[in-house]
Amino acid sequence: MDTKEYIASGILELYVAGTLSDLENLEVYLNAEKYPEIKKEIEDIEASVLSLTKSVSPGTKGFSDIQNRMAKAGIVKTEPIRNKVSWTAYLGWAASLVFLGGLIWLYQQNDQLKLDIEVVSRENDAMELQIADSKNSLAKTEDLLNTIRDKNITVVALGGQTVSPTSYAKAYWNKGEKKVYIDAQGLPDPPNGFVYQVWSLKLNPLTPTSMGLLEDFVDDDNKVFALANPNESEAFGITLEPAGGSESPNLEQLYALGVATS
Amino acid sequence: MELEIIVEQFQKKDADAFQKLYNMYSENICGVINTIVKNNSVAEEICQDVFMKAWNNAESYNASKGRFFTWILNIARNAAIDEIRSKSHKNSKKNLSADYFVGILESMTDSEEGKEDIIGLKKLLVNLKDKCIEIIELLYFKGLTQKEVSKELDIPLGTVKTRNRSCISQIRTNMAI
Repeated sequence: MDTKEYIASGILELYVAGTLSDLENLEVYLNAEKYPEIKKEIEDIEASVLSLTKSVSPGTKGFSDIQNRMAKAGIVKTEPIRNKVSWTAYLGWAASLVFLGGLIWLYQQNDQLKLDIEVVSRENDAMELQIADSKNSLAKTEDLLNTIRDKNITVVALGGQTVSPTSYAKAYWNKGEKKVYIDAQGLPDPPNGFVYQVWSLKLNPLTPTSMGLLEDFVDDDNKVFALANPNESEAFGITLEPAGGSESPNLEQLYALGVATS
Repeated sequence: MELEIIVEQFQKKDADAFQKLYNMYSENICGVINTIVKNNSVAEEICQDVFMKAWNNAESYNASKGRFFTWILNIARNAAIDEIRSKSHKNSKKNLSADYFVGILESMTDSEEGKEDIIGLKKLLVNLKDKCIEIIELLYFKGLTQKEVSKELDIPLGTVKTRNRSCISQIRTNMAI
């Protein structure tokens, strides 16, 4: 992209003013992540707006006034101070209750131990089965690890967005094989009737192309999904869509987003 | 980079980060509010409300939707517009100053003439055309969309973008002097 032309278009000034659409905002954001000179320009524009708005300021009431307001709002949460006199009396009663509880517990422990011996021998059997399973699963994990360690892989970190700030995901993109592995362990289970859909994003103009769905999300153990990606992606996004997926992404339900820097 | 970390901490309800952001932007936010409500003490009060609102809704901010300053600027404009639509404001009708933010220059008293901020404003406005002041007022102080500005000033949609860019560039040049 010609960043000079992009900067000269005046879109960044409107971005700082906050008058662009959601889609345009997203596009500028992704471009700024990708091209440092765009980010720098945005910061410079913001600096000029800051100096202008500051010069017409009447002054402020200061942060101490804010702290007072915060303290006032916090009063509801703090607990009332307890009566000091009675705590020693309570302590005596509490101690005897603890003692009684201890006796009962010991008695039950004895019974429990007898039971436990039986259970343990049964667990041993189950354990042997699990070990066999684990060996199997280890082989699968090693397979997966080898895939994402491939030298041709580009790793893209996808950060959480407004609907779910703590979410995250990773995309391991093998451009040669035109494949993307999405590690979606950091996404919450989708609600019933909904599914995550992965999008390849092209910038300028922002064009989303569906790469597919993260089907059977809840039942998938490792939460790694392989998707075909023949696109020249500049960013990846994951949205929550109604079961079956959508034609175009619902940006209100954007869960994770990341720019592919090559 | 630093700003992003502060904003992140602010969103985790870190009061120190909140204070940093307040120190960075409170004067600007009060300035924008004042150009709309045109009353220093009312502006200062709303300004504090705006920062409390930002604190209480910190988790709703997201970097992919715009700059942090732009986010809080938007909260401020909405709060200021609510105020001028309210009854108490209409009753106090003391709207003596001019419509644009530069009205501050005309409405100030002699004692304020030498104030640092006023000198700063004069410096920023050197060589700035009236049509620049119009467009900057509408876009940054009033928060109008590109379309609304084009209608209001009766200029083509694309001109809004290019004219605004050259106006902001002039301010950037003035800053550097």
